[in-house]
Amino acid sequence: MKVIIMGCSRVGAQLAGMLDAGGHSVTILDVEPYSFRKLPSTFNGVAMVGNGLEDELLKKAGIEDADVFVSTTQGDNRNVMACQIAKHIYHVPKVVSRIYDPIREEMYRNLGLDTVSPTKVVAELLKDRVEG
Amino acid sequence: MYIIVVGGGEVGYHLSKILLNEGHEVLILEQDAARCERLTEELGGIVHRGDGCEAATLDSVGTGRADMMVAVTDGDEDNLVACQVAKHRFNVPRTLARITNPGNETIFSMLGIDATVSSTNLILAHIEQELPSHHLIPLLKLKSGTLEIVEVKIPTGSGVVGKRIGDFRMPKGSAVLLVVGKEKGPFIPTDDTVLEAEDDVVAITSAEHEEAMREMLVGRQ
Repeated sequence: MKVIIMGCSRVGAQLAGMLDAGGHSVTILDVEPYSFRKLPSTFNGVAMVGNGLEDELLKKAGIEDADVFVSTTQGDNRNVMACQIAKHIYHVPKVVSRIYDPIREEMYRNLGLDTVSPTKVVAELLKDRVEG
Repeated sequence: MYIIVVGGGEVGYHLSKILLNEGHEVLILEQDAARCERLTEELGGIVHRGDGCEAATLDSVGTGRADMMVAVTDGDEDNLVACQVAKHRFNVPRTLARITNPGNETIFSMLGIDATVSSTNLILAHIEQELPSHHLIPLLKLKSGTLEIVEVKIPTGSGVVGKRIGDFRMPKGSAVLLVVGKEKGPFIPTDDTVLEAEDDVVAITSAEHEEAMREMLVGRQ
């Protein structure tokens, strides 16, 4: 699959490494080139510097024939906007967004986005550990 | 009307001041504590510190009864989300977002934001009006669809100089609405009106036929 990841955060870099190792074609975007140091040394994909909310960069990254778009920047709003662009303008078949704020996550899930709220997921895992 | 302004920067401040003077109920949401204090000193107790994209914050300021949300922070994505939360969670009837990247106009309207204002586009339109260019200057986009009212100065040597408007090969759905003659002043043209060089023309056209309209009005014979 052709995957675009926006935001080379720890999670973004980790995910890029995992998908790349799994044989997918991965392009990762970040506004800050220094972030790419987090990518594993074995990463064979493409790392591009730029703002993933801008048309030109998205096209250069190949969004028009991408199968998956994942947004993992630090900002919920940036993630939400990028995913909506990928879904509604470029009709990328699978779009996943990280949203920290559980309330916002629920709303965008109801609006049809595929979302993951680390806040909720981690809190639940910790709760299981505490009680288990 | 109850209007919620998200973002207490310079735009938010001046906008709120005017809206208050016009007798509206205004509430400003701003995240920065120092900025909130300054705004409160200037405008009184209409400032609430908080994130205008957060549902809990919006709930606490009674967004459910707001008539309008105006998001004017300097982040396009923040303005988008504030408006979407207002619209989808609180059913605010009208949402308006400020955008700095003019390219975002389309996506915002596709995503249900009722209106956008792009300062970049406004400034650009002014510059184009000042420059002796032969572009169509966009005056007004009609809300209903793709129609647009534009202005252009007919250059010397244009193929339409000396011709009757009735004889133009006008693109579909386009029309000349007003002619401002250099000496004659403004008048409503008929089919028999003959255009002269340096006439200012106000026309209606569609996005689809804009280029054909431009070519017809300013292109050489």
